[in-house]
Amino acid sequence: MADDGKEESVATDDDSETGADGSLSNTMMEDGSTLLRRMEICVTEAEKRSGKNAVSMQETFTVYLVETRPIDASGEGHNPAPDSVWRRYSEFELLRNYLIVTYPYIVVPPLPEKRAEFVWHKLSADNMDPDFVERRRVGLENFLIRVASHPVLSNDKILYHFLTEEHGWKEVVYETGFQAKSDSRLRALSATFRVRNPDKRFMEMKHYSDELQSHLSQLLRARARVADRLYGVYKVHGNYGRVFSEWSAIEKEMGDGLQSAGHHMDAYAASIDDILEEEEHYADQLKEYLFYAEALRAVCRKHELTQFELEMASQDLISKKQQREELATGIVRTFSFKGMTHKLFGQEAPEQREARLKLVEELIAEGEETVKEKTIECEEHVERGWVDMHRFKEQKDKDLREALINYAVMQISMCKKGIQVWSNAKECFLKM
Amino acid sequence: MSVGAARGLASSGQKPITEILHPLSAAEELLSPGPDVTVSVGGNREPGLTNGMTVETLSPASVSLLFNRLHLDDSLAEADTKDTYATTETRDLFVTVDDPKKHVSTMETYITYRVSTKTTRLEFDLPEYSVRRRYQDFDWLRMKLEDSQPTHLIPPLPEKFVMKGVVDRFSEEFVEKRMKALDKFLKRVADHPVLSFNPHLNTFLSAKDLNKRQGLALLTKVGESVKHVAGGYKLRARPAEFGTMGEYLDTFSQKLGTIDRIAQRILKEQSEYLTELREYGTVYSSWAGSEQELQRPLEGVAGCVSTCCGGLEDLSENMSQDFLPVLREYVLYIESMKNVLRKRDQSQAEYEGRLEAAILRKQEDGTPMPVEVEKCQDKVECFNADLKADWERWQHNKRQDFKQLLTGMADKNINYYEKCQAAWESLITLLQGKPTEDKTSETN
Repeated sequence: MADDGKEESVATDDDSETGADGSLSNTMMEDGSTLLRRMEICVTEAEKRSGKNAVSMQETFTVYLVETRPIDASGEGHNPAPDSVWRRYSEFELLRNYLIVTYPYIVVPPLPEKRAEFVWHKLSADNMDPDFVERRRVGLENFLIRVASHPVLSNDKILYHFLTEEHGWKEVVYETGFQAKSDSRLRALSATFRVRNPDKRFMEMKHYSDELQSHLSQLLRARARVADRLYGVYKVHGNYGRVFSEWSAIEKEMGDGLQSAGHHMDAYAASIDDILEEEEHYADQLKEYLFYAEALRAVCRKHELTQFELEMASQDLISKKQQREELATGIVRTFSFKGMTHKLFGQEAPEQREARLKLVEELIAEGEETVKEKTIECEEHVERGWVDMHRFKEQKDKDLREALINYAVMQISMCKKGIQVWSNAKECFLKM
Repeated sequence: MSVGAARGLASSGQKPITEILHPLSAAEELLSPGPDVTVSVGGNREPGLTNGMTVETLSPASVSLLFNRLHLDDSLAEADTKDTYATTETRDLFVTVDDPKKHVSTMETYITYRVSTKTTRLEFDLPEYSVRRRYQDFDWLRMKLEDSQPTHLIPPLPEKFVMKGVVDRFSEEFVEKRMKALDKFLKRVADHPVLSFNPHLNTFLSAKDLNKRQGLALLTKVGESVKHVAGGYKLRARPAEFGTMGEYLDTFSQKLGTIDRIAQRILKEQSEYLTELREYGTVYSSWAGSEQELQRPLEGVAGCVSTCCGGLEDLSENMSQDFLPVLREYVLYIESMKNVLRKRDQSQAEYEGRLEAAILRKQEDGTPMPVEVEKCQDKVECFNADLKADWERWQHNKRQDFKQLLTGMADKNINYYEKCQAAWESLITLLQGKPTEDKTSETN
């Protein structure tokens, strides 16, 4: 997860050389002014609001306060009041969709999940649950930080407006017409099946994104089950507390030791709540990359699409050229229905042929333009996409490595607590 | 053993008392010839006791008891009168149950255990014995002890019957558990100041073949008066202390049952946790397969999880092998103790009944108090005294046993967490090393 504070302030660029989102420092240096270097961004609060939705029905939703504060070069201790805008989740989604369409070669950071998934039983799956809202707040902040520290995305104007102008932002986004540019699912799917020569590296990356997604979702499910079971183990120990207390009532010398030991058993049972809550942060980190895998796959699919369109355009150009040749020489190379009808019903008049030839020439000119465009589009996508996928890979390796370390730290902390409690209990038993 | 400094005090063989020189010369005067000892054993157990001892028991055992208690070292002086059961220095009888073996015959298949004895006691012909016994034999012994010493608390045996379909009588686990319980039983008997001198115990420990028909003759002689449930005798007033004992036993038994259930529940939850944990570990492994830089860290995590699984298995096994059996044993112990309390009540009831009858008859026709009534009174008082002594002893042992049991449980849990902690800590060392440089990670 990006180095985000859970509370108020986010890490400023002073805090880390490698950048708050873990991207390599040299990537940041290239474009020395990613947004995050110029301003602090936090998502500080969440509030419930009521309003009428698109179909005029009453609904309750949560809004989040996005605060930004420019990082003053002088920084003489005066803290200007931050700009703040209230945004709801759907607006974040809109922003992200815009970014995906506008920058199809970028692995766009994901949003926190819309609905709670992979929950273990004590965790609420309710969107209004305060813990869920809190974790979502953190996730939204993390999203903004990642976007704002991305060398390409951070320069986007729409992003800037999102952070600074509450009203009218939506209209501005729609005005960009990004929705028209978005690729239809069907087209993308078709391309996946029919593309002939996709870039091998992209195909490997796509395969990898599938694997990553599969492993992470398996892991999240298994972790949730483990958490459930662990909860059970700890809580049952609480029963010892009660029975030791009852037993101590009938004992003379053993009574005190038993009673105190019972208290420690109660403490042991209670300790699991905090332990598991902390582990949720680890789960959130895993989830981020689960959703990131989807974004990675999207870049690969876009490649398939551009490649496919290029292939289609080239194919089209070839067949048009063939047509021209046929018309010019009169020799039919390939079977064509028109050719057959000509043979059967006689050839057309020379004027007609001239007209058709001219048309085909025009189409060929167009086709050549198209091929040129598509080639550029495809090559650009490959080039930029590869750069960003590489950046993503390094970020992922670093972030997940840190996440694993943090997880190990959590486990150690849990073990230490366990040792503490049982040592305390043991002392009580020895005094029995 | 403990009186090693005594000149000529034989550790083997039965010698007439006259030949044995007492380390405390003053005591020599009190030794009279002949196996019927008139050396007295009094209540005062301090070393250097030289006078005023009157014999109460007829067996030469009490003499060796005396000799064993009179110890040149001061260590015995530390033991206050309440704590005589605890000192190991006084022990002269060591028993062990081990080495289970399966026997297959045409009629049946069963397990025997080796019962090893080491002793300096004179009642035994040899200082060491090694015999093989099966559960039936232990059961026989216990029955004989109950019959011949009805006023004492006899330690329990592990359960006799096992459901044939449910539990495998020959599984290593079951045999191990049972053996430990049999060992405990025998050790408790051997530690008991009265039970350990029971001739049936002697037979059990030393006889080549346990001819169980021997017992029948004794059975008919002994303990009739106590076994005899005089019909309709009702208890007037149970002395408060025995009532308290009964109440305590009831409540304690209940609590033990609860603890047993909790422990079983924990085992169940741990087992389910273990299943999920194993699966969890394998997911990390399979994810590692598709990663490059992250491969080692992920495999490291999988390894840690696996280590924790192993630790958890050990913890659970210990619970079921060591913890639960002791609990169950105490529940059985309590049951047999309640039986003894009931017998005591009956004994008292009988006495009261007879007394009342005798008083009435005296009033009617002047018949003097029959001797039986006095004998009854004696029996009741004996019973009460034995029971009280055994109760104290039992309470003491119970305290030690549970202290040991619970600290053992705590220790096992601590070990488990320490093991897990070590695994995760070494992983962090690994993870914090540079990604591409393996060797330097250790120095981190």
